[in-house]
Amino acid sequence: MLVTERDRMKDQIYALADQLGRERSSLIPILQEVQKAYSQVSSFAMQVIADALGIHPVEVNSVVSFYSFLHTEPKGRFVLRLCRTISCLMNHTETVAKQLENELGIKFGETTPDGKFSLEYTNCLGMCDQGPALLINDKIYTHVTPDKVHGLIEECRAIFGVHAMQQKEGH
Amino acid sequence: MIEPKNKNKLTFATIEVNAGLKKAITLSRADIIGELKESGMKGRGGAGFPTSVKWNLAAAAKGDKKYVVCNADEGEPGTFKDRLILTDYADLVFEGMTIGGLAVGSEEGIVYLRAEYTYLVAHLEDVLAKRRAAGLLGKNILGKEGFNFDIHLHMGAGAYVCGEETALIESLEGHRGEPRNRPPFPVDTGFNGKPTIVNNVETFAWAAAIYAKGGAWFNGLGTEKSTGLKLFSISGDCEFPGVYEFPMGISVADLLKEVGGSDAKAVQIGGASGHCVPAAEFSRAIAYEDIATGGSIIVFGQDRDLLDIAENFLEFFCEESCGQCTPCRDGNPKLLEGVQLLKKGECSMQYLNDLLSLAETMQLASKCGLGQSSPNAFVSIATHFKAEILGRTGKAMQGGK
Repeated sequence: MLVTERDRMKDQIYALADQLGRERSSLIPILQEVQKAYSQVSSFAMQVIADALGIHPVEVNSVVSFYSFLHTEPKGRFVLRLCRTISCLMNHTETVAKQLENELGIKFGETTPDGKFSLEYTNCLGMCDQGPALLINDKIYTHVTPDKVHGLIEECRAIFGVHAMQQKEGH
Repeated sequence: MIEPKNKNKLTFATIEVNAGLKKAITLSRADIIGELKESGMKGRGGAGFPTSVKWNLAAAAKGDKKYVVCNADEGEPGTFKDRLILTDYADLVFEGMTIGGLAVGSEEGIVYLRAEYTYLVAHLEDVLAKRRAAGLLGKNILGKEGFNFDIHLHMGAGAYVCGEETALIESLEGHRGEPRNRPPFPVDTGFNGKPTIVNNVETFAWAAAIYAKGGAWFNGLGTEKSTGLKLFSISGDCEFPGVYEFPMGISVADLLKEVGGSDAKAVQIGGASGHCVPAAEFSRAIAYEDIATGGSIIVFGQDRDLLDIAENFLEFFCEESCGQCTPCRDGNPKLLEGVQLLKKGECSMQYLNDLLSLAETMQLASKCGLGQSSPNAFVSIATHFKAEILGRTGKAMQGGK
């Protein structure tokens, strides 16, 4: 990472700490914001957050490593989380899983080389009556079938095309 | 967003929003808790602790600050009623929290919302903003001098164990979601060491309904020990999955009839941490005194292989165990290994009994509800379906998936 980029991240983290507070209870909200902006919580980011809150970096790392929605390695612009809980599985999640792998050319747990898509399994998404359920970033899709997978991914690509320059753009 | 409305009418749709709050502000603190006591309501998250007792303990506890926390970390496999309540009846939830604030003397409410439900944030913030604008949150609520209360959202970050109230508090404080020893209980030493009530989304919504319609109304429904109505999340092999409302005490058979799942082989009640009830026991009642549940009902048809189900649940617990205590951290992988041996047909009766003994140790010795309840599904399947799970030849079950 360039020095200027590091400086910018540092400024941003201190601004977040000012905005969200420097108590320990602000740690997870700060981590979530940093991850939203950078698609990961890097070692450098954890160090700066620790300094900003006056705690040891190991404390920050122990929190990041605990929660499945926080990660130290970069993930794709779109994180696809397929529910693998029993009710969804009973509606043939495995065919959706296979087709996701086919369309993206990666296995579960991997990120596409262009950094656009990460594919993961997740536990119950609370859509058990409408499975299979798939969460793409913050958006939920239900009754997903293998023939719909291509369209969903194309939808993401279209969003990416429009907002490629806006790193923080949610959807 | 996709939200098929269930044909089954919910009582929440008939409750006049804020009627309960308007009634509560005319009552003394003791009478507010008295009304809840009369209702007999027990926590809708599944543990079944009487809500009025919890509120009373927090009201009596000393603290310069107190907190009202809504547990919206709905992560139990097969549970989705809180998502529906937050989508359609968020007003009732916030109203219940506000009454809770009045009852225990708190000015701050926090909704701990699971990360998977981030798409609900905009809607919930919108409802909160409208309540603030209408004088239902903020300073001197509804003109009552000194009644100050506001609510904010706090996002979870993907950890099932944070549905356990002390783990949830740890997470709120910015730590790993590792459950604490109890006592001290949160009503005494909760968020930031202050008295805190943690209640389920549904509990707060029913509280609002109870103040609107009276504790006696709620008490007149359900059974003597399990009063009132309850929402159920129903999925699996049935014709009409979705969210249903039934009085407590309904039999499994009656429930299955309603959802079109009468030919089920077994029903998982209480999610991954609950029990797998075989068809022979469908006359049992869903109530705290018989089969307790937070509302997750998963129906298994005749063709389902129950070992697949036990394996799925144990994989879930291996992943979601916080790793703090040995029975849970090491016990769940051992049980999972056992289920895989059973699937291969390589498990002796003696080894199965050893596994059941390990399961008992986990139930007794784990630190929190996760480890204590994680063996339940395995134990009930191993107890009720021995003939089906022993001596597998490695071939798929007839008609199996």
